[in-house]
Amino acid sequence: MSAAAAGGDEVSNVTSPGSETQELATRAGVEVRLEGLRRRYGQVVALDGVDITVQPGELVALLGPSGCGKTTTLRLLAGLEDADEGQIVVGGKDITRLPASRRDMGMVFQAYSLFPHMTVRQNVAFGLRLRRAGKDKRDERAAEMLELVELSSQAERYPHQLSGGQQQRVALARALAIEPQVLLLDEPLSALDAKVRAQLRDQIRRIQLEVGITTLFVTHDQEEALAIADRVGVMSRGRLEQLAPPTEVYSRPATPFVAEFVGLTNRLAGTVSGSTVTVRGVDLPLVDPSTPPGTAIALVRPEAVTLASEGASDSAALVGTVIAATFLGATSRVTVDLGDITILAQLSTSDAVDHPAGSRVALTIRKDPVLVSRDGSDSPHA
Amino acid sequence: MAAITSVGEAPLTATARKPGGMQAGRRRRLNLFRYVTFTVFGVFFLVPLWSMVRFSFAGTNPGSWSVTPWKQITAPPGSSGAPDLLGAIEITLELAVLTCLVVLVLLVPTMIWIHLKVRWISRAFEFLCLLPLTIPAIVLVVGLAPIYNFIRHYQLSALQLFWAYVILALPYAYRALATGLGAIDVTTLSEAARSLGASWFTVMFRVIAPNMWQAILNATLLSAALVLGEFTIAFLLLYTNLQVALYYTARATANAGVVFSTSTAALLFAFTLLVILSYVGRRRRRG
Amino acid sequence: MAVASTTQTGARPGRAGRRLAAPSWVGTVPFLCYVGIFLLLPTGIVIWGAVRNSTGFQFSNLKLLGNSDVRSYFVGSIELSAITAVVGAVLGAVLAYAIASGNPDGAVRRFSLAGSGVLAQFGGVTLAFAFSATIGPVGYLTQASWFYDFPQGIVPIYVYFQVPLMVLVFLPAIDGLRIQWREASENLGGSTWHYWRYVGGPLLAPAFTGALLLLFANALSAFATIQAWENQIAYTVPQQISVAISSEVGTANPSEADVLALGMVVMVAIIMTGYALLQRRAARWLR
Repeated sequence: MSAAAAGGDEVSNVTSPGSETQELATRAGVEVRLEGLRRRYGQVVALDGVDITVQPGELVALLGPSGCGKTTTLRLLAGLEDADEGQIVVGGKDITRLPASRRDMGMVFQAYSLFPHMTVRQNVAFGLRLRRAGKDKRDERAAEMLELVELSSQAERYPHQLSGGQQQRVALARALAIEPQVLLLDEPLSALDAKVRAQLRDQIRRIQLEVGITTLFVTHDQEEALAIADRVGVMSRGRLEQLAPPTEVYSRPATPFVAEFVGLTNRLAGTVSGSTVTVRGVDLPLVDPSTPPGTAIALVRPEAVTLASEGASDSAALVGTVIAATFLGATSRVTVDLGDITILAQLSTSDAVDHPAGSRVALTIRKDPVLVSRDGSDSPHA
Repeated sequence: MAAITSVGEAPLTATARKPGGMQAGRRRRLNLFRYVTFTVFGVFFLVPLWSMVRFSFAGTNPGSWSVTPWKQITAPPGSSGAPDLLGAIEITLELAVLTCLVVLVLLVPTMIWIHLKVRWISRAFEFLCLLPLTIPAIVLVVGLAPIYNFIRHYQLSALQLFWAYVILALPYAYRALATGLGAIDVTTLSEAARSLGASWFTVMFRVIAPNMWQAILNATLLSAALVLGEFTIAFLLLYTNLQVALYYTARATANAGVVFSTSTAALLFAFTLLVILSYVGRRRRRG
Repeated sequence: MAVASTTQTGARPGRAGRRLAAPSWVGTVPFLCYVGIFLLLPTGIVIWGAVRNSTGFQFSNLKLLGNSDVRSYFVGSIELSAITAVVGAVLGAVLAYAIASGNPDGAVRRFSLAGSGVLAQFGGVTLAFAFSATIGPVGYLTQASWFYDFPQGIVPIYVYFQVPLMVLVFLPAIDGLRIQWREASENLGGSTWHYWRYVGGPLLAPAFTGALLLLFANALSAFATIQAWENQIAYTVPQQISVAISSEVGTANPSEADVLALGMVVMVAIIMTGYALLQRRAARWLR
């Protein structure tokens, strides 16, 4: 599913047969529609007209750099902030004016959200207590949730006695205990260690699929987003750049921003004419044939670049010296110095070892359709 | 922009937005509460201060204005029984300086030393430093009386009060210095310095101490403010410091204007010290 | 082999081949001496004097505590301290909340804190003068003589320095309330009332109670203010201690002073222990 390789020596539950069946089964979630959301803080525009529809039971990841508006979107949906303009419709009901406490959503915060003076069980049961559920019902439900997140043994502990990963699992249990319509996660893994992050990420996805709840997941880590989402929404400067399944976002980015934010990109100067862009003597097809002619910067993925010994290239401008190779396991990333610029190539390690540092190589660029951008800005101009 | 996505750092209130929306309404109610609270408390706290200032500019006729009370600081009225105000001010300032110095000399090296070499004492040390909070001045002076009788055989000056003042200042100075010590990584700094060949003396005074200058300044200003306001011990040990002099002047001449002008001056001075302190502290947080 | 190698100051004692150097804790000796003489010794003198007279150990002095006059001093002190502690704590908490809910870097907060720092130390003669200028015989605001009644008249004056102290002590606790708790509570369906009832209130309770105790101890120990305000009649224990040890009346009564002082120390020690325990709980949750 994900093109960005994770340090995955763990068995990823996401791809185990059981959950796949569930993936295909009917999900019981509700549809969430965000229409035309706008939000400003004084002079700063946080959201500039955002439209997102999340299908029932779907997990949409909002991805982007800090300040792009992804957290604001989530908080608007939760009701913790007010929208200046726009509408929020959940399960067919317009809830834009509804206060946060009545929106029936479960939220997991980045950190520190567990009540320190309550035990784990009391934390998880808190929402039910507010809804005046009887003690037996509360305990039963809390136990059920704790089992779901595999923390039943910690029920009588206090938050400060748990690790960061455990605390976030309790937070998840607490959010789900009230059987909300929507699950919101605000960078839940950002405050955790790398190893814990990967494990917890998969666990969250497994639980989300099992429960079948519509989920919005905010993160700045593209690996996370690509690994667990049904669709990824890439945001920048208050706008949604692309909302598509992970493979599409990665291999068919809609805008230069997406191309450069997700995965690695080579920026190669070239000239557009007709429906191709000529880069260093090679013609590459364009994603958008109607691009106006002139100088432009072509965005080429490292996987599209292959190495061969010197002499086997179609262009003299693509000959250079290997200056570094980064071993990533099955693949390696090789940096080639062409004299005036450097290019990254990503290839299988067994191929890469034929061209050690210092050797002369010739590059071939696969003729995948490319995006171009002009003068290095992020303006959408595919 | 970063404030939105950073964790837990957004202020609870922000500037008011367009009307409509639950959060905006809540913020408005909060702001109303704040305005009312600050106004009510402001009045309560400022009225007596204002009265004092007003009296410090009072002439002999009720309702008149005059700068006489301020001039009287150097030449207080009343019979020869009234104390020497200027002398008392002088000695109190000297006491403040002396006390601050002794406090620092006593605490800074000791605390650094304990942190570096004798950690196991730090609990007991903290207890001793905070003990004066449990033994109020009024109690302390009962036990100090015989000790000061002894001191008086050798020295009559009110400057000798510093021995007691240092004890009074201990808890405040300790807390300020402990915060400063806690904010820097003393162990790593000293190990680095030692590995470069520094002696313990150098480590303490040229590596650690300069890095806690805000805490040291903090401790100094708190001790100074304490000395300026101290009355109980000086009074009961029969010394004359600023507050004692003011007390007797007020007894000698009811509502002597000079009492108010001096008090206002002392208060303004202490307030300025603490405002400086708050700026000094802030810079450390931003850095 | 016996040549002494270079020793570091305070080096570990007993290292084979090294000359024995003084153990590290020697560095704390100057401090210990100082505190020993000027804090522990006076305390010992007080306790000693309370349980001893010229003929040896005897506890009859302590019977003084049963004396109805003496009891009235303690009752007076406790009454005044309790009232001003509760009033000060409640009002101070409100003010602290108003300050905490504003811009953390704003001028309002900075000046409020500096002002609180000054006013908390303000007590003493200066405060009495300010109030006499406001509500005294020729007061600016009013000339109400009931302010000289005990305890109701003194309460506003004590509250004047209790509230700022409460702000200083309690504000960090309010700051410690993380905004995520409020948001999580809301998200789970809780209203403002629910939040304070189940989350905010319980979390602040230890800090509030601790601060209340601190204010109580603070009022018990206060001497200067009430001395400057009401020096004719002794209502509180500190005042009576002052009478007992001064030779104004002709016969100083050191034993009575010692007993009263001991009584005070015991009271304050109990209170401060309670405070310390509550502080620890509060710190764990609201760090």
